[in-house]
Amino acid sequence: MLESIVLSGVAIGCVYALIAITYNVMFAASRVFSFTAGTLGMIGGVLGSLFIARMGMPVAVGFLLALAGGAVLGVITEIVAVRPVLKSLEQHLYVLSTLALALMVQQFTAIEWSTEPQPFPRLLDLARSDFDQQFWLPMLACAAVIVGIELLYRHTLIGHAFLAIAEDNYAARALGLPERGLRMTSFALAGAIGALAGFAGGEMLLAFFANAPMLTFYGFVPVALGGLGNNRGAVAAGILLGLFQQSANFLVGGIFASVAVFTVFIVVLLVRPAGLASSAQQRRV
Amino acid sequence: MDTEVTQQATSFRTARSEAPAPASVLSMALPFLALLVVGLTFPLYGGGYWGVIATRACVYWVLVSGLNLVVGFAGQIAIGWVALLTLGAYTTSVLAAGNVGPAWPPYLALAAATVVGGVFGLIIGLPALRLRTFYFAITTLGFATIVTQVALAWQSVTGGGVGVAGPQFPEPFASQWGFYYFCFGIAAVCTWMTANIAASRFGRALTAIRDAEVAAEASGISKPMLLGVVFVFSGAVAAIAGGLFASLQSYITPDAFTIDLSVLFFIAILIGGRSSIFGPLLGTILLTVLPEFAAPLVAWSTFLYAVLLLVIVLVIPGGIAELLDFKNRRPLESDRAIIPRPELVAHLIGTTPATGKLTLEQVTLTFGGVRAISELDLKIDPGQVHGLIGPNGSGKTTTLNVISGYYAPQQGTAKLNGVAMRALVRHERATLRIARTFQTPRIVGSASVLQNVMIGGTVDGKATFVESLLSLPRHRRDETVLRETAMQALAVVGLERLANVRADRLQHSELRFIEIARALMMRPAYLLLDEPAAGLSVDEIERLGALIQAIARAGTGVLLVEHHADLIFDICHHVTVLNLGRTLAAGTPAEIRSHREVIAAYLGA
Repeated sequence: MLESIVLSGVAIGCVYALIAITYNVMFAASRVFSFTAGTLGMIGGVLGSLFIARMGMPVAVGFLLALAGGAVLGVITEIVAVRPVLKSLEQHLYVLSTLALALMVQQFTAIEWSTEPQPFPRLLDLARSDFDQQFWLPMLACAAVIVGIELLYRHTLIGHAFLAIAEDNYAARALGLPERGLRMTSFALAGAIGALAGFAGGEMLLAFFANAPMLTFYGFVPVALGGLGNNRGAVAAGILLGLFQQSANFLVGGIFASVAVFTVFIVVLLVRPAGLASSAQQRRV
Repeated sequence: MDTEVTQQATSFRTARSEAPAPASVLSMALPFLALLVVGLTFPLYGGGYWGVIATRACVYWVLVSGLNLVVGFAGQIAIGWVALLTLGAYTTSVLAAGNVGPAWPPYLALAAATVVGGVFGLIIGLPALRLRTFYFAITTLGFATIVTQVALAWQSVTGGGVGVAGPQFPEPFASQWGFYYFCFGIAAVCTWMTANIAASRFGRALTAIRDAEVAAEASGISKPMLLGVVFVFSGAVAAIAGGLFASLQSYITPDAFTIDLSVLFFIAILIGGRSSIFGPLLGTILLTVLPEFAAPLVAWSTFLYAVLLLVIVLVIPGGIAELLDFKNRRPLESDRAIIPRPELVAHLIGTTPATGKLTLEQVTLTFGGVRAISELDLKIDPGQVHGLIGPNGSGKTTTLNVISGYYAPQQGTAKLNGVAMRALVRHERATLRIARTFQTPRIVGSASVLQNVMIGGTVDGKATFVESLLSLPRHRRDETVLRETAMQALAVVGLERLANVRADRLQHSELRFIEIARALMMRPAYLLLDEPAAGLSVDEIERLGALIQAIARAGTGVLLVEHHADLIFDICHHVTVLNLGRTLAAGTPAEIRSHREVIAAYLGA
């Protein structure tokens, strides 16, 4: 029993962590939180199910197409909902524009795909076991992404450019970095990571349009608790969240588990608005 | 002297005639009256199913009217307000159905729901005090999800997925049209109440929190208190809407309370436009009715709402209200000179209460490793102009921010008449009659010039939120007094002709003078001016100087942070020169002018 709680907790936590990284990658490039983060995860699951189960494509092809779909949606987010409001004086408009886009995608999926959860195919032809692929695939995906992101940011030129933009937008532009191009690349990358989350966790979460708001919320919890832009913190907080949720599920039942998660989230945020790992900043007048 | 007094009298008479006349109040009420007539006579031309739609629009508006104060006025992104509709609906239904204890009469159940709604409105809203936009938005969404899930899980009380019957209101509200009039009446009262708030100091304070938070605090507005009250009100009316909604549906299940509904409420406000009552009212009617015109639209309605939201955000952030605001599209005179009338200051400020000296004692403030100011002593006397100069980064604005409570110094205190003022309790400065202006003007762009200036008088309002809600006599007296004082303040700075113009249409220099007028509303004992001359023309600087001198003559102590050395040396009684956070020199203008180090470090040549 304990083993299955830990396994499923870490696995679902890895999905949350991937969505949190999606938030972070978009935020680093634009200082914008996007409501489409969870939608990207949902789309990864739906596209995987569409390409592999419904259209019968090979797993590898379906996988790449699903990621590409996520990347495209990421770029659309940047063009439609982020770029037009970045210049605006009213800083909070992005909340509304990304919410609008997220709702559009979610409703479109509900109507054109299905309002019921659809099965997600088993990706590898392996016998079921306790340590099943539905658990280790999200873990593998999460590990691959966190290692990949660290390598990208620390050891490649484009990664340094990403960091420069995240650190100081104006200075980076003054240095001649193509800010817009880098931002779009970041959103494409974020889109692919989000889709990967939904794809790798597809067997657990199924291909279901309502995963979008669920992932938007549970994916944001690790961002808020782990500290903005801190990907390692997000992974740690994501896995903790998954474990907490699964054990609460087991102890008090599903509904009150989400109440418990929400309560912990609110209390921690109110006590430490900038996350568990950071200190508060003084604001300037 | 005699001529001066007559001059004053005439100028105030003109000032008063500039205030909105009763005719314009009528023209503002006209759209509401038209809707009232349509609503009252609706049963004459709308049959059967349209009656349900009209009732639904009324119910939605009851919720949206309250939410409008949170979203449209205070600018808080409360997306998940459907949570309160759900709470209200279930509280009313469960109590009226007798799922817990004996069945309650429906009115009593609705009253209980109102209380529950008020409490939960506060609980859901309070994180807004700590959390920024996206964080708050997502916590309200989380609340909405949780409430529905609890309704689903708590089967013994809510009936779970099977649901519970909605309350039945007795005659005369049992029939379809009876119930319609019941909802319409509540909606009309909500419209009236929120319009009262919008036109009160609370409404102005809410928009100030939204668009110019630091200026709101400096004007004595306590954000936690004000938002708290508004969240309670908004939660209470949302819960009433929930009770009516349950009765209209006659049977409720958790499925009825989707996020889509929340989005509808939210978008109705944005379509309507912020800080407007009529706009969101139209928006609510529009969004309730629109899907009914085309059956295929119903499935796609949320998608269309989302498209609409995106279009509004990107194309018309001002919403319907701004499209209908013809008055503010008339061109303004292009060649406007600001001619302040310093001779009116004394009448406006009256006799300033003697509050003693304003002092800083050994104040040290560091940001990380940087010492912004260290061991600074400063003394400002009533009725004197105290200049604070120094190169960029020498700690001038920081000093001002310590006095007005934005920064807590690591050492030392700011004292008024020997009593330490609490750091970081910014809104208290207004009750101590310490007013300030800002380096970049902090103005509510969408409000009129007059309303902006009236914000400065917030602490002088006597009426409570409830009195304003019901437009009781004390509220009306407050408004008259504030309006007249504000017109006088505008006359002092020479902008009374622009009183009814939207503030964001004004020039930079005019905004500087509006800030001064707003500060004068407080009848300040001390006035802190942060680079008031920046961006002004030579003539304007001269007039500003005369105005500042007049303010000091009226008894107010002025702290003037400025880069224009000429202005400082012309009007200051005392000058302190800062360099790298320390006092480089202090003395009379003449002494400073000849101070060797000052000349070397700052004045040059």
